[in-house]
Amino acid sequence: MDATEIGLWGVPLAILGGAIRVSTPFIFVSLGEAITERSGRINLGLEGTLVFGAMTAYAVAVMTNSPWIGLLAAAFAGLCFGLFHGWICKFPKVNDIAIGIALMLFGSGLAFFFGKPFIKPKAPNLPAIPFGGWSDIPQVQAALDVNVLFLIGAVLSVILWWAFRNTRAGLIVRVVGDSSDAARAMGLNPDTVRLAATGVGGALAGIGGAYLSLYYPGSWTERISSGQGLMAVALVIFARWNPLGCFAAALLFGGAGALGPALQSVGVTQGYYLFYAAPYILTLIIMIATSSPTRSLAGAPGELSITK
Amino acid sequence: MSDRKAVGVETIGMTMRFGGFTALDAVSVKVPAGSFHALLGENGAGKSTLVKCMMGFYHPTSGDILVDGREVGIASPRDASALGLGMVYQHFTLVPSLTGAENLVISREKVPGIIDWRKERGELAVFMERMPFKLPLDVKVAELAAGEKQKLEIIKQLYLGRSFLVLDEPTSVLTPGEAQEVLGLVRDMTKAGDLTVLMISHKFHEVTAFADDVSVLRKGRLTGTGRVADLDHKAMAAMMIGDQPIAALDSRAAPKPDAEIVLKVKSLKAPDRTGLKSIRIKDLGVRSGEIVGIAGISGNGQKEFLEVLAGQRPRDAGEVLVRGSAYAATRAEARALNVRLIPEEPLKNACAPKMTVAENISFRTFDMDGNGRPVSWINASAIRAFSARLVEQFKVKTASLSSPIASLSGGNVQRAVLARELTGEVDLLIVSNPCFGLDFSAVAEIRARIMKARNAGAAVLLMSEDLDELLELSDRIFVMSDGALVYETPIAQASVQTIGEHMAGHH
Repeated sequence: MDATEIGLWGVPLAILGGAIRVSTPFIFVSLGEAITERSGRINLGLEGTLVFGAMTAYAVAVMTNSPWIGLLAAAFAGLCFGLFHGWICKFPKVNDIAIGIALMLFGSGLAFFFGKPFIKPKAPNLPAIPFGGWSDIPQVQAALDVNVLFLIGAVLSVILWWAFRNTRAGLIVRVVGDSSDAARAMGLNPDTVRLAATGVGGALAGIGGAYLSLYYPGSWTERISSGQGLMAVALVIFARWNPLGCFAAALLFGGAGALGPALQSVGVTQGYYLFYAAPYILTLIIMIATSSPTRSLAGAPGELSITK
Repeated sequence: MSDRKAVGVETIGMTMRFGGFTALDAVSVKVPAGSFHALLGENGAGKSTLVKCMMGFYHPTSGDILVDGREVGIASPRDASALGLGMVYQHFTLVPSLTGAENLVISREKVPGIIDWRKERGELAVFMERMPFKLPLDVKVAELAAGEKQKLEIIKQLYLGRSFLVLDEPTSVLTPGEAQEVLGLVRDMTKAGDLTVLMISHKFHEVTAFADDVSVLRKGRLTGTGRVADLDHKAMAAMMIGDQPIAALDSRAAPKPDAEIVLKVKSLKAPDRTGLKSIRIKDLGVRSGEIVGIAGISGNGQKEFLEVLAGQRPRDAGEVLVRGSAYAATRAEARALNVRLIPEEPLKNACAPKMTVAENISFRTFDMDGNGRPVSWINASAIRAFSARLVEQFKVKTASLSSPIASLSGGNVQRAVLARELTGEVDLLIVSNPCFGLDFSAVAEIRARIMKARNAGAAVLLMSEDLDELLELSDRIFVMSDGALVYETPIAQASVQTIGEHMAGHH
């Protein structure tokens, strides 16, 4: 790849491509977390779910030779993790954040344990659609090679945004997330709704994991996730629990994550390591900028333990 | 809904035991169709237990419920609603982040999987035509005023086709004007025979003005029932509290208009809870030996104002002066200037719930010796002796000095906090909703203590959502609305109506 051919244009292009490529797991994890948090619970265990989903997808794809079955398996594994979290949290005096941290470690540990034999073999990748065919510049083609999961994620965020207002299920999730008392008065069982919401959230995080191992970076290693699951939680707060906001924020984070490699590709040899830290610094800045000691977060679900 | 006739409900020998404790003892109450029935009683008298049995939240140990004269089994809230029985809770059960329309539609028994908002809006508009209240349904509930929320709660019950409503202290969060309006409209619906109402209340004047019949509970027993027209307030109070003594209020020492101004607040500005608005207090002075009351509907900045005075909330601008020196609510300043604070919900805001009664009572003094000098070694026996004296003096009922303070009843927690705050010299006392949720005798005693502190020369700033309390205690009343003090009146010229209008922001 000759980066000098298009000069510094390579940087924004690489960031665009990176944003699309890197953001997909963010999209799925943050949409999942948005559903869970909208129901009034926080699942910090999604990082573990993501890693376990990545391992499951890869392992199943290797064994069945089909990335789609791998994807489904990852979603199923994520569902189980989410349901497990939701089930534990329904007991009185259980703290959802502590359980989340425990499940984060558990998920990663379990993934490493089962994943050992799958570090070597090569799994089939999820397909991508080349939207860059019109151009003969390889960088453009590379940047516009869009994976189907990204498109599904984009559609899903619109659907969720619509569903939170226009479907029974969406309204019920919002009711439960905003006021347990109101939900009980309506004859809804908040624990059941949260169980389902955490389960769905886990399944989406599992899909995010499948993307990691089956497309980008596209192999199973123990260092496959670099905290995307945790950053997605921050991102949901940044996005104010709005699915469309989650999508935009995921793109922003993806772009920030692509900054380091982009600079490297145009020949910056010094200091680009600093830019690898961009997503983390962005997380930090966003958390500081959106929090305040004197006011509560606008739009936060009322039952969320961090905003109570 | 006018196509549904009111139903009558009757309980016969309703008894409810929780383990060895009898919360309800053979209570029989008859609420005929189309009547407005009041249920009076102190906290813990069994009012909520009774209505929760009617609504299917509790399963009574024994006793029957008749609806329209027929015996029915109510095993769950769902059964109750199928019979047309509904309840409006004291605390709103609307979902704040949903709009009124969303709240109504989602509370329905059958909601389609995908909601066709155009159709629903049309149907809601038709339904609202027949309602006595007019309300914006496309606004988030969080943005509605308390009175509007209360109306929406009632409308929700009617929308769900309920024709027997339990109203649990429906006016506790309303201005006097709003209370009049809401209860008046409900009253009209019962007169028309569309609705039966059972209202839990502790305000006698509301009962007299709106109810047909009244039943009184005390300690789980029915102590009286009858036509409201035949009973006066005294008779109802006697049924409610029995013959226990009530602390009398000290007579008010004559105010001295030229007494020293102890608390002075000048052009104070601070952000409110949401950070979107701010509270602005232009000028407020409280003199020694007077009680200045601040009225207002909750959420108009009183809480933030108190937090600024208590040092819990930073201020953007302005000055708070106590006896002429700047006051930032540090422990040293509070001690030097004799400033004492009784915040609302004392267990949460003024106590460490799991620490003992003795420790909580000595929070102000534990690190000083008898001469007010700091000590480096805490003297546990001195703390106990000090607390024992205060517990005795303020009649705090506690199993022992070393029980956690959270195990005390609300009234006794407040007594313990008063004991701590009112002991020693008090130059400035800041109080917020001191009697919220307490029973008759505790309320009377706490008010008497505050009045005593005033007569002893303390400057008292009293914030309260209970207008009756303010009218009883204050020398001057301010109204706080939308973060500012909008109205001031000396007590002699105070009128409930004018204060209420300013509370509602109609000026």
